[in-house]
Amino acid sequence: MSELERRGVWPVAISVDSPEESAALCKKAGYTYTFLSDPNAELIRHYYLLHRGAGVDGKDIARPAEFLVDATGVVRWRNLTEDLRVRATPDDVLKGAQLLP
Amino acid sequence: MTKQEKATGERKRKWNWRIWSGFLLAVAAVPGYFLFFVRFPITRNVPWASWLMFAGAGWLLWVGVRRAFASRQVYRGRIAGPILAVLSLGAAGLFGYATLYASRQLPVAAGAPRVGDKAPEFVLADTSGKMVALSTLLSEPMPGMEGGKPRGVLLVFYRGYW
Repeated sequence: MSELERRGVWPVAISVDSPEESAALCKKAGYTYTFLSDPNAELIRHYYLLHRGAGVDGKDIARPAEFLVDATGVVRWRNLTEDLRVRATPDDVLKGAQLLP
Repeated sequence: MTKQEKATGERKRKWNWRIWSGFLLAVAAVPGYFLFFVRFPITRNVPWASWLMFAGAGWLLWVGVRRAFASRQVYRGRIAGPILAVLSLGAAGLFGYATLYASRQLPVAAGAPRVGDKAPEFVLADTSGKMVALSTLLSEPMPGMEGGKPRGVLLVFYRGYW
């Protein structure tokens, strides 16, 4: 992730986890970037990423997706995996970062 | 029964190691994937290494069951063999279901922002409870950097770790 930061890209993770749950995760994994909480999946819905009932106890959560947004707020790269097991590698993201003006 | 037949019938038959090792290989393939092979994209995305384990298990079980029936005086396993083979098939079936079907049950997200679209603005709480807006993330310098504002932000939507 620091390679990304070196290229001027700041990672922002978003999920339905509460700030407390994300804080615990960051502490455990040593993450330093921004973790945002969308507990009712409102923003997730707004981004059309809702995965109804897929969480524990039938909670509505996000399906995995990444968006690289440039300084003007425009999406320059995105990744919408079709398979939970297949994720974008850091290299994929770095290639996307080359598309930033 | 002749003395010869009686002697043969009483001779201890060999343990059918193939059916057992085939079964163990099939069973090990499942945690082998989810605990080990998932760590490397090359074996995670297309779980060829795991399918190789199932193929090896299938081969061992096939040879083992065949021997149990063809050489029933030499090998044991006419009951255990088919049972272990069915259980192994079950393990392979479970694995196939998980990696070929279940993990693909994702909503299409047809309306999600495309390349060239403006990313919808938002204001959400960070880990300390402070409200953070997308516009702020794009305009304020990144923590730890020399003061320049970011060239971009990577929004990573994930399922959550409940």
